Amino acid sequence: MLWLLSRALGAAAVLFGLGAMSVWLTHNVETYYYLVLIQCGIAATLAVSLNLINGITGQFSIGHAGFYAVGAYVGAAWTMLWRPIFAKELPWLEIGSLPGDVANLIIALALGSLAAAITGLIVGTPSLRLRGDYLAILTLGFGEVIRVTLLNIDAVGGARGLAGIPTLASTGDLAAFWVFGLLIAVSLLTRNLMQSTRGLTWLAVREDEVASDAMGVDTTRVKVTAFVVGSTFAGASGVLYAHFFTGISQDIFGMDVSIMITTMVVLAGTGSVTGAIIAGFALTAMPEALRFLKDFKEYRMVVFSLALIIMMLTRPQGILGHAEVGFGSFVRLYQRLRLGVRRSAR
Amino acid sequence: MSELLVTRAVSRYFGGLAAVSNLNLTVRSGELVGLIGPNGAGKTTVFNLLTGVYTPTSGDVMFEGKRVNGLRPYKMARIGIARTFQNIRLFRALTVLQNVQVAAALRARQGFWSAVLRTPRQVHDDAAIRAQCMELLDRLDLAPYADTRADALAYGVQRRLEIARALATHPSLLLLDEPAAGLNPNEKSELMSLVERLRDEFSLTVLLIEHDMRVVMGICERIYVLDYGEIIAEGAPDAIAEDPKVIAAYLGTEEA
Ligand SMILES: Nc1ncnc2c1ncn2[C@@H]1O[C@H](COP(=O)(O)OP(=O)(O)OP(=O)(O)O)[C@@H](O)[C@H]1O
Ligand SMILES: [Mg+2]
Repeated sequence: MLWLLSRALGAAAVLFGLGAMSVWLTHNVETYYYLVLIQCGIAATLAVSLNLINGITGQFSIGHAGFYAVGAYVGAAWTMLWRPIFAKELPWLEIGSLPGDVANLIIALALGSLAAAITGLIVGTPSLRLRGDYLAILTLGFGEVIRVTLLNIDAVGGARGLAGIPTLASTGDLAAFWVFGLLIAVSLLTRNLMQSTRGLTWLAVREDEVASDAMGVDTTRVKVTAFVVGSTFAGASGVLYAHFFTGISQDIFGMDVSIMITTMVVLAGTGSVTGAIIAGFALTAMPEALRFLKDFKEYRMVVFSLALIIMMLTRPQGILGHAEVGFGSFVRLYQRLRLGVRRSAR
Repeated sequence: MSELLVTRAVSRYFGGLAAVSNLNLTVRSGELVGLIGPNGAGKTTVFNLLTGVYTPTSGDVMFEGKRVNGLRPYKMARIGIARTFQNIRLFRALTVLQNVQVAAALRARQGFWSAVLRTPRQVHDDAAIRAQCMELLDRLDLAPYADTRADALAYGVQRRLEIARALATHPSLLLLDEPAAGLNPNEKSELMSLVERLRDEFSLTVLLIEHDMRVVMGICERIYVLDYGEIIAEGAPDAIAEDPKVIAAYLGTEEA
């Protein structure tokens, strides 16, 4: 059990560091940049979680915003609609203090990701029979079904959506803590899985389903697990989005968002976690960075699209291809540079 | 010798086409049996029936005395039936070692959560599987390619990796679908001795589809001949080579 203790200590250290960073960021970074950073973190989490479905098990799903929406709405519904009912009996559910905020955010996260996981199970199951284009159409349709359903539920505001969702975790001081904590969790999960024999069977399903089946891989189970785990994390990102941006409506979970997340995964190089993180940050920050073109607003998306096209032409395998950037790559880069310096010194 | 695989009047129809009809095979433990026949005779369909890719329209597949038709392919692999593919189906973007590890994963006892948490037992088991796989690669002279991507291998090496991957499931019955196709005469001779050696070293039973008569006649102890989905002859290689029905099927003469 020593390993469990060392794991727990490691996790505690990371969480403490994240918390400190989060508080520091809140007080030292302009709100605008801070919000962009949070948005980048959420986008990267969405990309890494979709990567489990698209990049690793090779199921072309393009409805990820649907799971994101389910998480956001269920999480917000807890805080705004259900929590007040329970809080009458259970005073610790009152918000406004750090413990109460954290407890509520955890409950919202649990409910939001559970709802998204169940949705993932429901959508993932027909995916066993469909592949390629057909699965893409099914998932795209599913995303729209979710959006239109939300549009028509009056309890969650219909077309107006929900506004004034309380910012939990003590007025957003800990926003970065939660967002980046979630990103680290899904990235570590993927990395650990990929380092195991079990993870290789996931890649095998992407490479050749018939052959994996013949080699004893329960492909059904792999594909459904990927769907459920991927959508769980998308749901959790949705909960965080709802609570830090305090307002949600169905139009921010539309098809364009789904396609953007898919683009990130494709751009990352299918399967690469670090690639997905980089793509998540880049594609979220780029439109913001292009805001200096304010007199030419209409050209912003043109520049953006051009950048994507150039990328696809020059690096069709994605930013990183199948590779990962780790600490080791920096060491190797450093050594190569030093070697280069020594050579040129001669 | 005990009967490892028995098929009882197995038929498979595709629409009106009887791809395999009334198939009665018996393969005993330790045998090396050939399955030959002209193109489209239904040989690969037989393999697909034995590995659960197709379920028989009628009849029973018995393996180790148990009725196994209707099992999904991954279950077939887990009870000890492994195969190679006629048109190579490797995990192309994975390395040679990883290809074999995927097949060995059916023996991994750890689930998704221990993989995600990297429990010590999981790390230990994975290392053991990896070591077993390296040893297997070594026995098939594939160790030098362990870290090479499968799609970067020469054709003959890919064929050998197909066999290694099937062996990693620790099968008792190995089904080889045209393992010599596309190999040069040298490689074919090597393949023949490899199959015989593996059969002995891994105490396998082998059922082999092959078009190359030198290979079939050279290593098979018994041969079934399939034509239009039906067995038209069965026996020792010499007898098969002289059987008029077989000659007719291959040359297309004397068809009634
Ligand atoms: N899924 C399928 N649907 C329809 N017909 C099929 C299917 N699979 C096989 N067949 C037909 O069954 C017959 C036998 O095919 P099979 O692939 O088993 O032949 P084979 O003996 O392996 O031939 P080859 O030597 O060319 O590999 C062929 O006529 C083929 O077209
Ligand atoms: Mg065939």
